Amino acid sequence: MPATMNPTTSRIQVRPATEKEGRQDYISIRDFNFYYGAKKALESIKLDVPERRVVAFIGPSGCGKSTLLRNLNRMNDLVDGIRHEGDITINGRSIYDPGLEVISLRRRVGMVFQKSNPFPKSIYENVVYALRVMGVRDRAILDEACETSLRKAALWDEVKDRLQDSALGLSGGQMQRLCIARAIANRPEILLMDEPCSALDPIATGKIEELIHELKEQFTIVIVTHSMQQAARVSDRTAFFYLGKLIEYDTTEKIFMNPSQAQTEAYISGRFG
Amino acid sequence: MAHHPADSATPKGEPWVWFTSLGLIVGLVMVVGLLGLVLVNGFSVFWAPQVPTVKLADGTTHIGQLAQRRIRPGSPASDPRFERQYQVGLKELNGNSYVWVDEKKVAQESFDPSVLGLERMENGPAFVVPVALVDSKGARLEAGAANFFPALQAELVHAAEIREQLADINRRQIGEVNAEMESLRIAQRRAEDRREPTQAIVDRLAKLDARFAELKASADQVAAGISSAKLEARDASGRALSLPAASLVRAWEPNRMTFWDRVGLLCSRLREFLFDEPREANTEGGLMPAIFGTLVMTVFMSLLVTPFGVIAAIYLREYAKDGPILRAVRICVNNLAGVPSIVFGVFGLGFFVYVLGGSLDRIFFADQLKYNNNTPVLGTGGLLWCSLTLALMTLPVVIVATEEALSAVPRGMREASLAAGASKWQTIRDILLPASAPGILTGVILAMARGAGEVAPLMLVGVVKLAPTLPIDGLAPFLHLDRKFMHLGFHIFDLGFQSPDSDAARPMVFATTLLLIILVVCLNLGAITIRNRLRARFKGASF
Repeated sequence: MPATMNPTTSRIQVRPATEKEGRQDYISIRDFNFYYGAKKALESIKLDVPERRVVAFIGPSGCGKSTLLRNLNRMNDLVDGIRHEGDITINGRSIYDPGLEVISLRRRVGMVFQKSNPFPKSIYENVVYALRVMGVRDRAILDEACETSLRKAALWDEVKDRLQDSALGLSGGQMQRLCIARAIANRPEILLMDEPCSALDPIATGKIEELIHELKEQFTIVIVTHSMQQAARVSDRTAFFYLGKLIEYDTTEKIFMNPSQAQTEAYISGRFG
Repeated sequence: MAHHPADSATPKGEPWVWFTSLGLIVGLVMVVGLLGLVLVNGFSVFWAPQVPTVKLADGTTHIGQLAQRRIRPGSPASDPRFERQYQVGLKELNGNSYVWVDEKKVAQESFDPSVLGLERMENGPAFVVPVALVDSKGARLEAGAANFFPALQAELVHAAEIREQLADINRRQIGEVNAEMESLRIAQRRAEDRREPTQAIVDRLAKLDARFAELKASADQVAAGISSAKLEARDASGRALSLPAASLVRAWEPNRMTFWDRVGLLCSRLREFLFDEPREANTEGGLMPAIFGTLVMTVFMSLLVTPFGVIAAIYLREYAKDGPILRAVRICVNNLAGVPSIVFGVFGLGFFVYVLGGSLDRIFFADQLKYNNNTPVLGTGGLLWCSLTLALMTLPVVIVATEEALSAVPRGMREASLAAGASKWQTIRDILLPASAPGILTGVILAMARGAGEVAPLMLVGVVKLAPTLPIDGLAPFLHLDRKFMHLGFHIFDLGFQSPDSDAARPMVFATTLLLIILVVCLNLGAITIRNRLRARFKGASF
């Protein structure tokens, strides 16, 4: 990809591909409290996400895992009456730094939502949307980004002949993979996934899980999931939340084989939640 | 098996189904009834029925077309007496072109095949018994002759051609010369006032004067070609008439025509109605200027109201912070929709015409005011102010519709766009506006429907009874937003309530109403087609 494209993407380019171990505290959440109005949604969260690893957030509904995820790219800013204490840093820089534009943060942190939400545009325009809003006009760059992202999202072979068709004609699983392709088209550093498979059948789910495995070569992935099996299958580390608190955070193996907290074990074995 | 109490009872919800459908039925009956009434009465204007010769018991005779039949006012309900109204024409002789006849007094009704229906340039129609056609050399062609009617038609065609040529010279060519002379005169007065040389202007004026004289001469020459042939005829009571052929527009033989002749006459009248200018205090002739004015005004109004409304709605929905002020603004916008339209007219006159137009005149047309007897250019009613006034009036409709459409865009799309790193404005422009375009268009359709049918405010800010110059023509700058124009809605009011001869105007009221309804339906269909195209693009969305 030409170096002129964008400082954000070119910075990812220079990251040495041979480097095996990334930064351990790539995303660092420090004593984070979060409030919706008077309601405290998250309480003193401390959590580090290592670079190019998959971290799963699990826990019963309403435990705050989605809230925390949506704080990582400041999507919660859209909600009225929110307030936070503590800090979140990405690669050492606070996301609440007044000098950091929320738009440039979101360009570095891609997001895939629970419900697939393609735009009512063509498949092609959906994928390159993030590049378009960055001001990329060069057709060659857009074409290449479109193909690369669709290939990474394992959708290329299915749609390569109908890129100009409406994205709304795709099946549910295809739409969700399209949303993944869209989220990675501008090569973010982090990919947030909010229950990406909750509306999909097992085959589509399998495809997306495979995808996550491949994507973690390049991206740091945080995934919220209600499926214990999915967390166990795709993640390197797992965080268990309950009632706005982080109960336990460790390697996935440890959490599922030998959790240190009784609550974690109870949840994982299906005794509550 | 036990009898369940619910089995015998009437199902509880059913009467309400009938009750709610009653509302729909009442609405439908009213709409169909109105449309039927307008359709029947509107088309009967153009239809040529048979024309009876009615002899009354007292010996008077009428030749005329049946206009209506009704129960005599005051006659007992048990034994109703009917009376008929005939359109007898010949206003200059009879004083009125309509007569009421008591049905009981009709002694004999016959259909004389020789009766001739005539449409004339002046004094309305005439129904006569022809005697002869006397050409310019004095040669007589008796009415019984086989080639009498074709010869008459040929005279009429000839007269129509000459009228057209004259209109072209007088209206278009002399009009162009006049327009240039007027602006030159203003320039001349200004130059004299400033003691600048005026030679060039004087020369050009002299040239235009010469051209004017030339055109006038050619007009006279064309006018000299007007046939002096005369139609000699008798009216119902036997009085002899001599009608110049050049004063006749149309002639038909109502009691000899075949069905297809009548259809042909209907088409010819329809064509005149749609494409010609009005005659005889708007009661005859066509409605071209009114159709055109209504169309241009409505389209222009839509072009003004859409951006205003959409921008306002975007601010209200996307940028403004929710709070008492926003709520107050919303209430105000909604209330604006309930303000009587005449109030908008008064506002348009006071603000747009006098304040805005007056100021623009002082700034941009100061010379015109100074050297043209203070004749305002923009400081008087016109197309622009009408469109603006109606745009203001229909603004709430567009704002409310756009707000609804924006809030109906799925939250997921908005979030997806923002998560992709788009700014708020990019999200609005690329995602929200395209997705809400069908809803916005619904608002515009409603605004157009309301604007096209509005009359009251327009009377104050620029619609006039007669304005044969169209707001778009071949003279630069082609679109004349300052011009006064005609409007179908106002035309209906004017014909129905301001006309000296309301009987003669009545059929035209229906025809004009029909036309206005058709026009509004066409405008709406156009907008609906666009909306459906847009909607098709979002079909299959599973948000």
